[in-house]
Amino acid sequence: MHAYRTDDFCGRGLGRTAIDTMRISADFSALKHGNWYEFALRFLFGGAITAITGLLAKHYGPAFGGLFLAFPAIFPASDTLVEKREREKKQRAGTLHTIRGRQSAAVDAHGAAIGSLGLIVFACVVWRFLEKWGDPLTLFVALLVRLGVSILIWRLRRHRVFARIT
Amino acid sequence: MLRIIRFFVGGLIVSLFSAFGEALRPKSFAGLFGTAPSVALATLGLTIVADGKMFAAKEARSMIAGALAFLSNAWATIWLIMKHKWHAGVASSCTLIVRMIFAVAAWAVLR
Repeated sequence: MHAYRTDDFCGRGLGRTAIDTMRISADFSALKHGNWYEFALRFLFGGAITAITGLLAKHYGPAFGGLFLAFPAIFPASDTLVEKREREKKQRAGTLHTIRGRQSAAVDAHGAAIGSLGLIVFACVVWRFLEKWGDPLTLFVALLVRLGVSILIWRLRRHRVFARIT
Repeated sequence: MLRIIRFFVGGLIVSLFSAFGEALRPKSFAGLFGTAPSVALATLGLTIVADGKMFAAKEARSMIAGALAFLSNAWATIWLIMKHKWHAGVASSCTLIVRMIFAVAAWAVLR
């Protein structure tokens, strides 16, 4: 999935990191390094949040339940994991005191901030068009629009248009 | 029964998006998939079947506030990690409180 080169500028306060000018790529062998309990935890968190959201919507109405549709089910877990893995990688390379783990976690959170802007667009599309278009089409279009908007904002950061916002 | 289906569908979709995000580089790009609307997809799909489109559309309207709350959550996390040198796990967990306050305030306005 090599698409294009980009400056991975990390936004105000984060500075430029060692991962500047990288290509977008997908390496599924990275999944082999994960432990089974990490995957199990994500499944449990995701399942629990989805079930709880359904219950809240039933008891307190859709306006309250909807607040949890954008709940960061795995954000704390994945951010912790990113920090841990990067820190361990540096320590294996002989650098005992490193801020690389924290920097990587902040970069991951920065991506999450951009993704949350995409979530707003996703919600707007579903809200406005669900009753007109029907469910599978609306959800599919909303997902595509969300992905497109997120990637667009992520790309625009390269030109620092959104560097001060995100 | 619907609760059990919600649990399994939600767990599966969240796991799939998270695995896909983990395989992607660079990390800021992978972060986009950490916020994939996995809970929303699972919940809305099942809500449409169980409670109808109007109920689901109302949920989606509130989701806008929820997503803004998530944005505040992510920003606060970056701030705590970079400015105050907090560990990622502590920062991202503590800022869930910021998210909840923001979300409940939004609900008070929306309802």
